[in-house]
Amino acid sequence: MVELVLFIIFGLAALFGAVTTVWARNPVYSALGLMLTLFSVAVFYVSNGAEFVAAVQVIVYAGAVMTLFLFVIMLVGVDRAEDRRENLPVQRPLALGLLVLFGAGVLVAGRFAWVTGSGGGRSAEGTVEALGSELFRRWVLPFELTALLLIIAAAGTIALGLFRRGEAEAADEGEAGEEEVAP
Amino acid sequence: MTVTAGWYLALAAVLFVVGASGLLLRRNALVMFMSVELMLNAANLSFVAAGRQLGVLDGQAAVFFVMVVAAAEVVVGLAIIVTVFRRRATASVDDLAGLKG
Repeated sequence: MVELVLFIIFGLAALFGAVTTVWARNPVYSALGLMLTLFSVAVFYVSNGAEFVAAVQVIVYAGAVMTLFLFVIMLVGVDRAEDRRENLPVQRPLALGLLVLFGAGVLVAGRFAWVTGSGGGRSAEGTVEALGSELFRRWVLPFELTALLLIIAAAGTIALGLFRRGEAEAADEGEAGEEEVAP
Repeated sequence: MTVTAGWYLALAAVLFVVGASGLLLRRNALVMFMSVELMLNAANLSFVAAGRQLGVLDGQAAVFFVMVVAAAEVVVGLAIIVTVFRRRATASVDDLAGLKG
């Protein structure tokens, strides 16, 4: 019962946040809507017994990633002059038809009982201990590879940040001069 | 009336569709990026719900790896957006037609 109430409330919140993310004209509103969706998904993680993943979701996603997004919005600036006119004669009805088809598919698929395993086991408590022993035993090699991936991403970001003076201006000499950024 | 895993999967499907439509409809690179994050979160939600249904922890381990990859992707992608903005002074992907030929 509690789970049903939580599902309804936070499901609506997640949907509202998602639609806000897509529809909002101002990217800051988009970021806030995405944050609402991320928090709602964290609530769903808790009600599915994934406490550690929920904590990581709030700390990493809603904390770090969204802060990064807001910083970049601050750097890039809010571009309100986004052109929304499109020249799509056929695609709109086609997209609506495909969307209806997809929704029908989801509803039909939801009516089946998918039996793919023993099921119903409540052993999947996502505590730090359980998930940690899972990660450091069965998934040790992918776990180490994620460390490598993060280091590569950090190095790539630093490289992207460093290539600006000198090379970029030398490359811009050949291009049109009016594209010079005036900060 | 209990909430089964199918409900979570349906909600994840709806969130994924909203994210995909945002990726297709918007031209602002930042908003497109946020839509990608939305789609990743929908996939994560279905991982967790399916893992609970099956009584295994593999779904949550998969979510962990997806989060790491998404964090790396966000860092590099936002750096690219900032770099492009420095040179072109725009965040709209329609203006970036330099490779069009």
